[in-house]
Amino acid sequence: MIAENVVFGIIAAAMALGAIGVVRTKNVVHAALYLVVVLAGGAAQFILLGQEFVAWVQVLVYIGAVIVLFLFGIMLTRAPMHPKDSLDNDLRWPAAVTSLFLVGILVGLLVHTFHADKVDVQRPVRTADVTSSIFTTYIVPFEVVGVLLLGALIGAVVLARKD
Amino acid sequence: MSALAYPDHITATYYLVLAAILFTIGAVGLLVRKNTLVMFMCIELMLNAANLTFVSFANALNDISGQVIVFFTLVVAAAEVAVGLAIIVAIFRRRQSVNADDVDLLKG
Repeated sequence: MIAENVVFGIIAAAMALGAIGVVRTKNVVHAALYLVVVLAGGAAQFILLGQEFVAWVQVLVYIGAVIVLFLFGIMLTRAPMHPKDSLDNDLRWPAAVTSLFLVGILVGLLVHTFHADKVDVQRPVRTADVTSSIFTTYIVPFEVVGVLLLGALIGAVVLARKD
Repeated sequence: MSALAYPDHITATYYLVLAAILFTIGAVGLLVRKNTLVMFMCIELMLNAANLTFVSFANALNDISGQVIVFFTLVVAAAEVAVGLAIIVAIFRRRQSVNADDVDLLKG
């Protein structure tokens, strides 16, 4: 299990650095590209957990569609790409206090409550089981989420239309 | 903290702690950034951290519902990004700016 630990550590470090890059970089396009690192790392962690269906959905939907939408948004709004235009406001110290509070509570609670749960990578989940669960147990939420997506897309067209 | 010392087998706690750290970084980014596009990216970071939590619990508890809920979360996130970017483009067309500090008409 040493190899799994090493792979997890490398991907986790890449994800954390990418997330810090999103928060710290001065260039909006670079922020979007750092977000790609975090999302790809998330997909890799999903595969490491043996859950390949959500991993590929993550690659297709997030890296394929959402990042492209972000790049279109950056292009359409002529976002500042020079270091002289600051992207930050003056909430640095409240943010530091909030982050310490949040990470302390989350990590403390999770470690205290779930430290005994093993991750079972010997038993990957078959995609057929996931899809049959979606289309039997979760069929009503699936239909509702389809209607939600249709409504959101029509709403986005109406909002962004030039009139 | 003895659960985090020298394991022979990786546990779900590692994934949960990673997700908590990513969630916190996203929350801090949402607080310190004023460009609305980057704020949106930080919301995506937080959603992604929640997805990682769902998947690690789905694996640790050997329950398939976690994956299904991640699928639904992804769809809702895609809808949110589409509507949010449309709103940002509409605000930019009206005010020539995407800074959250410039949208202060309701400020007393």
